[in-house]
Amino acid sequence: MTRFLARRTAMLVATMLVASFAIYGALYVSPGSPLSALTGNRPLPPEAKAQLEARYHLNEPFLVRYWHWLVSALHGDLGESIPLHENVSTLIGQRVGVTAGLVLLTSVIIVIAGVGLGILGALGKGLVDNGVLLASTVSAALPSFAAAVVLQFVVAVKLGWLPALGTGHGFADSLRHLLLPALALAATSVALVTRVTRAAVREETGREHVQTAVSRGLPWPSVVRRHVLRNAAIPITTVVGITIASLIALSAVVETAFGLNGLGAYLVQAAQNKDVAVVQGISLVLVLAFVLTNMLVDIAYAVLDPRLTLGGRAA
Amino acid sequence: MSALLEVSDLTVRLRLGDEQREVITGTAFQIAAGEAMGLVGESGSGKSMTAKAIARLLPLGARVSGRVTFDGADVLALHGAELRRHRARVAVVFQDPRAHINPVRRIDDFMTESLRLLDDVPRAEARRRAAAALEEVGIDDPAKRLRQFPHELSGGMLQRVMIATALLSEPRLLLADECTTALDVTTQAEVMAILDDLRRDRGLAMLFITHDLELAGAVCDRTTVMYAGQIVETRGSQRLHDDPLHPYSAALVQARPSVTATAPRLNAIPGRPVSAFEAPGGCRFAPRCPHAVDACRSHDQQLTALDGGWVRCSWAAELRGRLLASSPASSSGENANA
Amino acid sequence: MSVLTLDIVTRRRRRSGLGVLGWTSLAVVAVAVLLAIVGPVLRPFDPNLADLSFANVGAYGSHVLGFDGQGRDLLSRLMAGARTTLTGAAFVALVAIVAGSLIAVVTAWFGGVVDAFAAAVLDVLFAFPGILLAVVAAAILGPGLLSAGLALAVAYIPYVTRVLRGAALKERAMTYVAALEVQGFSAWRLCLRHLLPNISALIIAQGTIMFGFAMVDLAAISFLGLGVQSPQADWGVMISDGKSGLLQGYPLESLSAAVCIVAVVSAVTFLGERLEARAKESRR
Repeated sequence: MTRFLARRTAMLVATMLVASFAIYGALYVSPGSPLSALTGNRPLPPEAKAQLEARYHLNEPFLVRYWHWLVSALHGDLGESIPLHENVSTLIGQRVGVTAGLVLLTSVIIVIAGVGLGILGALGKGLVDNGVLLASTVSAALPSFAAAVVLQFVVAVKLGWLPALGTGHGFADSLRHLLLPALALAATSVALVTRVTRAAVREETGREHVQTAVSRGLPWPSVVRRHVLRNAAIPITTVVGITIASLIALSAVVETAFGLNGLGAYLVQAAQNKDVAVVQGISLVLVLAFVLTNMLVDIAYAVLDPRLTLGGRAA
Repeated sequence: MSALLEVSDLTVRLRLGDEQREVITGTAFQIAAGEAMGLVGESGSGKSMTAKAIARLLPLGARVSGRVTFDGADVLALHGAELRRHRARVAVVFQDPRAHINPVRRIDDFMTESLRLLDDVPRAEARRRAAAALEEVGIDDPAKRLRQFPHELSGGMLQRVMIATALLSEPRLLLADECTTALDVTTQAEVMAILDDLRRDRGLAMLFITHDLELAGAVCDRTTVMYAGQIVETRGSQRLHDDPLHPYSAALVQARPSVTATAPRLNAIPGRPVSAFEAPGGCRFAPRCPHAVDACRSHDQQLTALDGGWVRCSWAAELRGRLLASSPASSSGENANA
Repeated sequence: MSVLTLDIVTRRRRRSGLGVLGWTSLAVVAVAVLLAIVGPVLRPFDPNLADLSFANVGAYGSHVLGFDGQGRDLLSRLMAGARTTLTGAAFVALVAIVAGSLIAVVTAWFGGVVDAFAAAVLDVLFAFPGILLAVVAAAILGPGLLSAGLALAVAYIPYVTRVLRGAALKERAMTYVAALEVQGFSAWRLCLRHLLPNISALIIAQGTIMFGFAMVDLAAISFLGLGVQSPQADWGVMISDGKSGLLQGYPLESLSAAVCIVAVVSAVTFLGERLEARAKESRR
């Protein structure tokens, strides 16, 4: 296990190193000087330009600047936003809570609704199963932005049950504001998790070892818990993990739709304003979160399935 | 001896899509306490389904008629807690232990599960009993094995674990369903010896299901031969082997390579085995029988008593003694061994 | 990292015919494609002609669906939007599929260092979700359909490659390939004449599925304001344009565009999964 973790961590570090280089490099070569966004394309007197360039280290070679950026990033400093004159880490810190809350709430919804409905559909018969299939088919077809407008119109505008926009203050109010966005973000994923759970539980129910357990006279609930669900947990955990990882980037869409003051919405805004430092910083954070989640999935998989020689995941 | 298990007129239909397919037609037999009976037949003959019906493990949608009585209880009418208790007293050893043992749980967990869950035996005590049972089936270092996962054990070892586990719940009847088929020959012999010893020590009744007539004869007092969902012959194992009454039994005897005599070629049974639902009217074996006449094809055959056994062939008395001498009609031809 | 293959999901009733759902899906796709081709010509009004005095007015005379928040004819915008939306998605799917098949065949053929290198690059690419890549691309190249489309295509390549590489490897291991190799046929010819055609059913299925993904992701990016830009008619843009109206109780612009996207994406995905199931079945 230790070796597996060490190898997996090394892979993570390597991925992040390459990813950080790609993020920094790609935005470095983007056309237009970072200063032009600040000055609004007005020509600057040479001495003012030199002063600004020195302040933002704009005249040093690329690799030196990347190295500086990377080292400071490791110390938690992601540089300064030129248009806003603010530290990127501070800007991210102010917004990361909203995004984390949104992804967390969505994950809870996905696990409870997706896994729950999937088990219900697999173990239930006829009407129950068909209901689950129908619900998952409908929600599978709802991309987050479409789910967002439908929920906003029906729940917020027509019914007035929940706010349509904004972040809210305090825990209870924030939760109220996050509920619709989380539902919109969860729609497609719940369907995917439901279908995979249903298929996995169905498949396990038909396994020979489940028949053995039944043949020994164990009560059905014990058989389901100890054999069917325990074994189905392996594919279910994988798909839940991968789904949650994919939400991290998708949160940008929902945050924008619901006017949430989160990282994703801010990233979009920064991209429109060509605020390079912010785009770099948030991209790095989002990629890190994505890669970390995937690593957790791998670890969970290895823990759940003893057959795995801890070398990697069976495709 | 009163019968521990009594099966009468058992008919089973399985649902396959929109179709009902008959797999067992009017099977009847008895097993006394402590007796071992072999149930022999080709694939599709309905022998495994018979075991499943007795343990009430038939797939969903199966239609069962007839009567199965175990220790005085009407098995087909059981449900809920009584059904579970019945299942606990009838232990099943399956063909493929690797598929039949949960791969993600430790051997310890597999073996002690029913003790802990059904009999409320404390974990430490259950583990002690499991270790003792492993030693009984000849597994060294049981403490280590208990900590391992199924994929870390060989097939033969797993089958022994399965047998040890089956005995842990102190059953009265053992259903061994092709339990050595997936093993190589030496392991097979070991497992058979263990099974036989343990069974005799404990006075356990056993229904031994196999396609191997001689294997059945080695451990069973009595052997029943099934073909296309019907019993075609029941007799003492030795007599069945030396003096089969039904042409199909004879063909099975001859299809097995003899250890003592070298034969120029093996006598494969011509044609392919059929299941009950695809069997023709009249005698179901008629299309493959070298002795069949027109009457066989038009008249259903009944089980009749003959020489202490039962046989489903109207010509049995006439054919008796000639069956083993004559080789199947088309064996001289181009029939491929199936 | 691995992506769960969706074939468990598609394992429903597999019959030879298309079924009601299949025919409905086919009809939806046909209508959408027809609209994309002739929509901009057939549309009853100029989709960009705005008259604010008609803003959010409902069905009115020959304006069957009424007007959007800027007072433009809604039906005309939907019809004109079909072309932008579908060509964008087709572009993404095409680029991803061509690049993905190429990488899959080349890595499967040569294996070794080439394969390891490609696998490493694709693994890093896996760490960039499509939406994130598109946002970064917008920051570099400026917002627009081209930057968004390119970014998405790049983001899809690892997924396409993974599926196709598996199939290509299986094909590569076939004895007939070895036999032809021994006869001295060039690698180039073998890949082009045998490998590629033999996995073509899977390529088409993947392309169809990617088309569905691309439609959703492109619409999301346009919705964010980083894809197709506003006055141009596009279903994703329309959802975003209609949001202020929606909050005031005029949901038709956003909802009609959303319905169009959902309908076409569902239909395409359904057909794609059927194609994939069939391709996998026939390979068995």
